[in-house]
Amino acid sequence: MIRRHLWPAISMTIVLMIVTGLAYPLVVTGIAQLLFPRQANGSLVTRDGRAIGSRLIGQQFSESRYFHSRPSAAGSGYDPLASGGTNRGPTDRKLADTMIAGAIDSVVARDGAHRGSIPADLVTSSASGLDPDISPASAAIQVARVARARNADSATVAAILAAHVQARQLWILGEPRVNVLSLNLALDSAFAHH
Amino acid sequence: MTWIGWAQILAFSIVVLLVTKPIGIYITRVYDGSLHYLGRAERVIYRVCGIDPSENQHWLDYLIAMLLFSAVSMLATYAALRAQGHLPLDPQHLPGIVDRQAFETAASFTTNTNWQSYAGETTMSYLSQMMQLAFHNFASAAVGMCVAAALVRGIANRSAGRLGNFWTDLVRGVIYIFIPGAIVLALLFVQQGVLQNLKPYLTVGTIEGAKQVLAMGPVASQEAIKQLGTNGGGFFNANAAHPFENPTPWTNFLQMVAIFIVPAGATYWFGRAVRHQKHGWALWTAMFIMFIGGAAVTYRFEAAGNPMHAAEGVDVHAASGRMAQSGGNMEGKEVRFGIAASALYATVTTDASCGAVNAMNDSFTPLGGLVPIVNMQLGELIFGGVGAGLYGMLNMVILTVFIAGLMVGRTPEYLGKKIQSRELRMVMLYVLAAPIIVLGMTAIATVLPAGLAGRGNTGPHGLSEILYAFTSTFANNGSAFAGLTSSTYFYNTTLGIAMLLGRFVLIVPVLALAGFLSERKIIGESAGSFPVDTPLFVLLLIGVILIVGALTFFPVLSLGPIVEHFLMHAGRVF
Repeated sequence: MIRRHLWPAISMTIVLMIVTGLAYPLVVTGIAQLLFPRQANGSLVTRDGRAIGSRLIGQQFSESRYFHSRPSAAGSGYDPLASGGTNRGPTDRKLADTMIAGAIDSVVARDGAHRGSIPADLVTSSASGLDPDISPASAAIQVARVARARNADSATVAAILAAHVQARQLWILGEPRVNVLSLNLALDSAFAHH
Repeated sequence: MTWIGWAQILAFSIVVLLVTKPIGIYITRVYDGSLHYLGRAERVIYRVCGIDPSENQHWLDYLIAMLLFSAVSMLATYAALRAQGHLPLDPQHLPGIVDRQAFETAASFTTNTNWQSYAGETTMSYLSQMMQLAFHNFASAAVGMCVAAALVRGIANRSAGRLGNFWTDLVRGVIYIFIPGAIVLALLFVQQGVLQNLKPYLTVGTIEGAKQVLAMGPVASQEAIKQLGTNGGGFFNANAAHPFENPTPWTNFLQMVAIFIVPAGATYWFGRAVRHQKHGWALWTAMFIMFIGGAAVTYRFEAAGNPMHAAEGVDVHAASGRMAQSGGNMEGKEVRFGIAASALYATVTTDASCGAVNAMNDSFTPLGGLVPIVNMQLGELIFGGVGAGLYGMLNMVILTVFIAGLMVGRTPEYLGKKIQSRELRMVMLYVLAAPIIVLGMTAIATVLPAGLAGRGNTGPHGLSEILYAFTSTFANNGSAFAGLTSSTYFYNTTLGIAMLLGRFVLIVPVLALAGFLSERKIIGESAGSFPVDTPLFVLLLIGVILIVGALTFFPVLSLGPIVEHFLMHAGRVF
């Protein structure tokens, strides 16, 4: 009985590997490259003709004239070759006492935010370590500092921010969000003279 | 919690309800052989492989064919992963994979588990991702459906132990269900931003002048079958939290629907096959009640957040408008999904034996993280894995009918067939395997230095990590409390074994049960038959599932997530 099924088992493995492992992904790649080449190749963002990143992959920002992204556990921060979260649990000492407490301290020092009203996403690490977004609240508390660093009017910066808030999809899916890279690029082009 | 969060959960539930019947009818037609639009492709495959599609196999034949196919395909993958460095389509020149990890990964994908102790972006070549891992995503899903089809036939017919043809069931599942579904889904994903290319990784200079290497690859084609086949193995380390795997709330919603669509449809398929559609809906209802309960608990505790973080200054209250934010426990979650869509995803992925994650379950609050563990421990039958969910649930149904029969003092019967000791023995083997293997292996890992060394967290959460690992691998789920360092000899080996046991030790009694039932004559229902389409039956079924699960796992859960919940509120850290 075993011998009878051995050849079907071997040949079926080979046939299905070719059909599902080569033909299927190659067909999908072909159609995707034809219909959606920009997305299929990484939703790249270019400036002055040079790719400076992907709209979908967050970047680390440390200068005060830029809106800052969330803390990241991907490598030394936003490293797409080391995607992932902290994987620290709810009673982890380092998460509570060092990482989140430290992030809160720096938001308070940097942006003058008030303890107790710090948006949850701004001081916690994302799951991917590559989160391209922050919440509208996390962006709003950075407006004054960004405007100061650019010698700009807070209202102008706030208006640019407001134009970059993405609503939920289909009215209810997900959360409102701000793509940090797009927002910072818009700031750079609005205040082109630094 | 917000009303929009609940609206997402409601919308998801409605979609699952609406797809159940059409998908169920389609699955019925796949496995009763009445679909022919790919008949030519089918016949070519049968000829190449030397298969007689008209052969009706005895359950032992069916079992051996299934085991041989799984063994051969697992060995082929082991060899291909070891030899990766010498094979093409490897633009990053990634080397072969070490023996223990190649074994574990081959076992993992063959058993529909997709537990990963490696990071895809720095370990797997495009060829390995496509030809090994995506292939297994199709094959293991189709094998699960084969076993379910065999059980469905065994219950529905009187056929002297003959359950159909494994090879035609396998091929038909792949070409009629999974390939068409995956192509549509993959293109919907790419439209939203999921990658689909074969290019080398791309180095860019960021705005602030840093260097960033963007991993590339044929992601969408893998992502689609990973959800549709309830496999769950990520192309990248961060799985479906990675923006290149799951870029928008819409792709996130599609992924959750894709995870439930086949298992939900399977309940309708079963009802139709046994000519008792209301019984199929009763199974659906029992699954749905347990699903919605789990989703509500997870959402409730993730939205409440961590009181220690709140005390340090985090605002855990959700807000809308100009100062919109998710609040709650955002550690290990993505902004675009927020709390509700992350909690829902974690529930869906562990109800079904998918194991994809869009948030890091390890960083969930204790009770938010308890739900995924319990979902898996109940046996992956809340919709469950493709095929596996249905046959897992039918085992519990037979147990329930048996208990109901004992209560009224009659020989238990199910859909017109007597349930006697032979059948019950198979059911008990199925039910007892989980506690013995999961608790046994967890216990061993907690006393061995090699087991304890893997923990990423200490205190009760460390125990939860180990328990989660053996629960997830035995249940063929594959999600993780990923703080556990599992790419070690100890964990690669023990977890690999747990997956193989969780798949094949359970399939043997299921096929035997199917064979035994197919030998029973159909006596028809009488006034004394326990009705299996009433609210009473649904409640009794849920009761049996929860009591069996609770009696087995409550002690260890109380030492892990439950005690951690109280310690978190007392402000204790480890």
